[in-house]
Amino acid sequence: MTTKIKSFDELKSIQERLKAGRDPKKPCITICVGTGCLAYGTQKLVDNFRAELAKRNLTEKIGFRTTGCHGFCERGPMVVIAPDKIFYQRVGLEDAAEIIDKTLLKGEIIERLLYVDPATGQKVTREDDVPFYKKQTRLVFGLNSKVDPESLDDYLAIGGYTALGKALTGMKPEAIIQEVIKANLRGRGGGGFPAGWKWDSTRKAQGDPKYVICNADEGDPGAYMDRSLLEGNPHLVLEGMIIGAFAIGSSQGYIYARNEYPLAIKNITLAIEQARQAGLLGENILGTGFNFDVKINRGGGAFVCGESSALFASLEGRAGEPRAKYIHATDKGLYDKPTNLNNVETWANVPFIIDRGADWYASIGTAGSKGTKIFSLVGKINNTGLVEVPMGTKLREIVFDIGGGIPGGKKFKAIQTGGPSGGCIPEQYLDMGVDFDELTKIGSMMGSGGMIVMDEDNCMVDVARYFTNFLVSESCGKCVPCREGVRRMRDILADITEGKGQEGDVELLEKMAAAIIDGSLCALGNSAPNPVLSTIRYFRDEYEAHIKHKRCPAGVCKALILYSIDPEKCTGCTLCSKVCPTGAAAGERKKAHAIDKALCTKCGACRESCKFDAIIVR
Amino acid sequence: MEQKVKEIIQHYHGDKSYLVPILQDVQKEFNYLPKDALCAVSTQLSVPISRVYEVVTFYKAFSLKPKGRYQLSLCMGTACHVRGAELIAGNIESILGIKEGETTEDLEFSFETVGCLGACALGPVLVVNGEYHGHMNIAKSTKILKKLGKKGATDDDQD
Ligand SMILES: Cc1cc2nc3c(=O)[nH]c(=O)nc-3n(C[C@H](O)[C@H](O)[C@H](O)COP(=O)(O)O)c2cc1C
Ligand code: SF4
Repeated sequence: MTTKIKSFDELKSIQERLKAGRDPKKPCITICVGTGCLAYGTQKLVDNFRAELAKRNLTEKIGFRTTGCHGFCERGPMVVIAPDKIFYQRVGLEDAAEIIDKTLLKGEIIERLLYVDPATGQKVTREDDVPFYKKQTRLVFGLNSKVDPESLDDYLAIGGYTALGKALTGMKPEAIIQEVIKANLRGRGGGGFPAGWKWDSTRKAQGDPKYVICNADEGDPGAYMDRSLLEGNPHLVLEGMIIGAFAIGSSQGYIYARNEYPLAIKNITLAIEQARQAGLLGENILGTGFNFDVKINRGGGAFVCGESSALFASLEGRAGEPRAKYIHATDKGLYDKPTNLNNVETWANVPFIIDRGADWYASIGTAGSKGTKIFSLVGKINNTGLVEVPMGTKLREIVFDIGGGIPGGKKFKAIQTGGPSGGCIPEQYLDMGVDFDELTKIGSMMGSGGMIVMDEDNCMVDVARYFTNFLVSESCGKCVPCREGVRRMRDILADITEGKGQEGDVELLEKMAAAIIDGSLCALGNSAPNPVLSTIRYFRDEYEAHIKHKRCPAGVCKALILYSIDPEKCTGCTLCSKVCPTGAAAGERKKAHAIDKALCTKCGACRESCKFDAIIVR
Repeated sequence: MEQKVKEIIQHYHGDKSYLVPILQDVQKEFNYLPKDALCAVSTQLSVPISRVYEVVTFYKAFSLKPKGRYQLSLCMGTACHVRGAELIAGNIESILGIKEGETTEDLEFSFETVGCLGACALGPVLVVNGEYHGHMNIAKSTKILKKLGKKGATDDDQD
């Protein structure tokens, strides 16, 4: 697209033309090249496909598309072949030629590359039939597999920017805001604040210019849906932002992205450039006289910069310290001007609401939480990946039906949601429907949508220490309860995991938590005690085992465990003696080995190497 | 050095609000933030050196010390943590004889732990000079260090 689109009608005819030029029956190879799949080395596979297609003179006849993340990261590299949507997973980098020759030219299925449903042992041929996808509602995220993130044409061909055209030509700003309020779109970045109300306040605020910002800092360790959206479908996020800017009355937007996300930054940068050239961004958008442009700013790797006032400071080129919010950001935000900050996923939902209407949108989800939510399902789970489900979906469905349960036949222990500000949810709540309010009720929160599954081998005190430690290093240090209090909590937790816990520690932690929640300036400090409180609430017995009995029931805390070898299971294969760095694990070939406790540093190398599960950790 | 800094600043049209990205680019150029480069940024952008220093020490991404030839980053996101990343960190630290965040004296290896890299399906993940190594474990990390020429990595041939 090199010429500017001058009206909504022209946009529609371009969309029609692009759509008509695409034969849905034409064979097309789609490969995911999101960061997750690229880490498997997928670029090589892409190169191989291109070369093999060229070699056979098939570049015209067979379509080839690289896309963003499809969500099923566990099974990458992934190839989907249209029109039948044949799904190949864990594709080898050298498999390109075979796929072209057999599947595309002869219509043969390559059995070896099919997904096997572990529940039934059956091979699945079509993408839609894979249980991981089948039970999801891939509304926002589903578009990722339909577009090449580097192609504006792809996005236009699936009707992209229709919502923008509609908003700009047929709706008053107030009506757009009313639609978003009616849809009850709640912020996906953490707090769940109704986006429409925020837009309304910013619109009504005095001050000029007004800013619109997309929060793509995504500092929550274990969540990567924002990156995958920005990387896989940047125009969707951009379209949402432009609509929001029009409704709010803003002419300047920012995207604040994590520097650790180079591909997302590259793709959104390109999308902005394309949108400008096509007259969808910049001056006189779609010939309506509306002006809006977007700048990208990269963060410096500080979790606290995801917090609104810290983010503004960082955007202004300062250290990202939060400030007190006597005045709302909607009145005085970036450069003290009215500012509307929303999360990536929040923006990505906007075009759907405008395109299909608030009533349709509000028909999905629960009473208080509408629409879908993308979760990153990670940790001790068979199907690691990004999962999009309607609000209110039961945890059990997410973990077991979609996630495929826990690997190695281990027992589910807890699921952690809400990142470092969230909590650990025990088994008894697996049948709870996940939405903003339910999660808060049981002492956790939605956060950005990270879901970390833990099994019987995870120690909950260790997990609490892990999060607290993360927050100690991420606290900006401005206020004492957060800076010193959280550090002391971490020290107490560390003591407990090192066998130095004392009676009364748990009560002390609870007392400190209350003070920290009360006395901290920003939500980092306010919510820092959550991981500790929720683990105490649901796993108090584990704390007591550490403190009273000096035992770590899960076998994680080094100071409280001993390594030994089960002579019944040991076959004397000598592997452990080879990997042990200190010579503690030793024995004669074909005879049961033993571990010299005086030499053992509990590094875990033997347990990892043993093929017979003979290493006992207690 | 001053010339290079000038080019980077020009790329951002000398806009002070781009201090963080400018410093990121400077660090990319020199592999760390040398004192002279910081002074150059301060002068050319007309930002007091104290502000530059505040920003540099606030953000994790910046390093005031040179980094090693091989930069190892171990993901410590929650998913990697629950899959045992801490034991791998222990192994790397004991082989290199340095703590997380440090560089070996011969400037061969730097080792740092980082927040989530968003490649959770591959967790634990070790990144060596930008290249991802997934499903990391103790033995594999030993092997990688050995391959990079670290003496003292124990001998074993299993994967
Ligand atoms: C310590 C801290 C970190 C945060 N990190 C993020 C983040 O990475 N991404 C995000 O969208 N919101 C983050 N938030 C929430 C934001 O402050 C803000 O509420 C959100 O971006 C607003 O957008 P939403 O209403 O669309 O969710 C964070 C909040 C705190 C207190
Ligand atoms: S609560 Fe913590 S992170 Fe937030 S402003 Fe205070 S010290 Fe900084």
